[in-house]
Amino acid sequence: MAFIELEGVEKTFTVRRKRGRFTRTKDEVRAVEGLTFGVERGEMVGYIGPNGAGKSTTVKMLTGILTPSAGRLRVAGVDPQKERVRLAQRIGVVFGQRTTLWWDLPLRDSFTLVRRIYRIPQDRFEENLGRCVDQLELGPLLDTPVRQLSLGQRMRGDITAALLHDPEVLYLDEPTIGLDILSKATVRRFLAEVNARGTTVLLTTHDLQDIEQLCRRVMVIDHGRVVYDGGLEGLQGSDGAERTLVVDLAGPSPAIDVDGARVVRREGDGERQWLAFPAGRSAAPLVAAVAERYPLVDLSVREPDIEDVIARLYRGVPAQAT
Amino acid sequence: MADIRAVRPLNPVSAYLAVAGMWARSALVYRLNFVLVVVVGLLVNGVEFIGIVFMFMNVPALGGYSLPEVALLYGASGTALGLCDLLFGSIEKIGSRIRDGSLDTFLVRPVRLYPQAAADQFALRRLNRLIQAGGVLVYGLVAADVHWTWGRALMIPVMLICGTAIFEGVFTLGAAFQFWAQDAAEVQNAFTYGGNYLTQYPPTVFAKEMVRGAVFVIPLAFVDWWPALYVLGKPDPLGLPAWTHFLSPVVAGAFCGIAALAWRAAVRGYRSTGS
Repeated sequence: MAFIELEGVEKTFTVRRKRGRFTRTKDEVRAVEGLTFGVERGEMVGYIGPNGAGKSTTVKMLTGILTPSAGRLRVAGVDPQKERVRLAQRIGVVFGQRTTLWWDLPLRDSFTLVRRIYRIPQDRFEENLGRCVDQLELGPLLDTPVRQLSLGQRMRGDITAALLHDPEVLYLDEPTIGLDILSKATVRRFLAEVNARGTTVLLTTHDLQDIEQLCRRVMVIDHGRVVYDGGLEGLQGSDGAERTLVVDLAGPSPAIDVDGARVVRREGDGERQWLAFPAGRSAAPLVAAVAERYPLVDLSVREPDIEDVIARLYRGVPAQAT
Repeated sequence: MADIRAVRPLNPVSAYLAVAGMWARSALVYRLNFVLVVVVGLLVNGVEFIGIVFMFMNVPALGGYSLPEVALLYGASGTALGLCDLLFGSIEKIGSRIRDGSLDTFLVRPVRLYPQAAADQFALRRLNRLIQAGGVLVYGLVAADVHWTWGRALMIPVMLICGTAIFEGVFTLGAAFQFWAQDAAEVQNAFTYGGNYLTQYPPTVFAKEMVRGAVFVIPLAFVDWWPALYVLGKPDPLGLPAWTHFLSPVVAGAFCGIAALAWRAAVRGYRSTGS
């Protein structure tokens, strides 16, 4: 039996809409329908999809916050909705947009509260806190009030708070949203390490690089259904997702003709051009080839993001950054 | 299943104390603000009772109750509400927690929702009502012409505990109602603070229908009126049997039971309808 198991899970919300001054209509909205998948212990799975696809609803059902309308759901063999309090002892949750830290108190105090609430033995608490503080570089911040922390520092604090009780599974909702590149790298390195220690991780994100660097398995959900489940390479197809090189030239120019890339868009009579090339390849030789033959003024490289990848799932064409 | 952990969840009282302690310390970060709020609160509440004292400068009694007797009612009702407000009053904030979705962070902790919601935004500054009402109560107990017996003395703490419990029931019912109507905190206030206003005056000054409502519908009469009838040896305005004066513990227990059921139904409803 899989560690996390969903079988035909459905969640319907009743939405009341105002019609006239006094009349209201009830509409049934299906947040998820017929959701079936399993996650093995120790896996790290990227759970992605457009806004409103049902990602948060799924996580809320897995944590026991919401009760499914139909279907069967088990986490560690337990029905989350019936045993929410007991299961909470074994899971960790990070809501990216919602901190659980105490605004006016030193960061350390929030962790102490976690220790009391989760009844973590002192020695294990100190060991876990020490490891998180060390790897997430929180040492100098422990005595700083949370309100003075940056977004990235707060996120690292939240991740620490979710891991102090040694959860068997960690749910992360947009853990890198709004972070700078350095913070993102620190968080990703740490999450990989957490997973390597055996913690099952379900990661919701809009950042394709989170998935690329962390998850061997990706589930794409849309309109409440799993539309893709497999490796990232399968999602990107044999020709892969494409990155885009945007070049500014010194003057009007015909479409750039170089090997390994094709022009997908031109502006200002060719003064700015968009070149698509496979995501797995380095941009350096391409830049060199362009610079050699065209009057290159400026350039930038754009990564395909999750929305593009998902859109491509439907269109059956390579994802492009725009 | 392997690896099921034997860790028992934290008991609700400890959970409550842990969360309330964090809020208390958060408030003390802003010391000056805290002191000002407490002092101003004491002054504002103090003025309220002075108004009653002024009234007695013109009339010798209010509905057959002397000033110390009214002080006893005022003090008992205020102390009960003050205690309840200090310990559980935050539950009325649940509506805003539901609206902004932060209730979800409570629900992923291995602790029941009620102690967390009751301790949420715990505010020591609410002590000011308790201090002021307690002072008036002491004055009433000392100055009122009571023929003290063991039973009457014992009735005072019983009255305060039951009163606190009844107000807690009202708060909890209101909080449960907010799961459906998320901005209904004001309706709740009509019964808590309004109920306090009602019960700080003698029952004899109100219309009989009002008093009946407080006995049979929302049992605010059992906060202080009915126990005080026994303590002060006053006639019952509704002419009910004398044993009803001792019913407060039963009424408080039953009322809290009803409130607890409503709360459970509301939380279950939330978890199946979502935010």
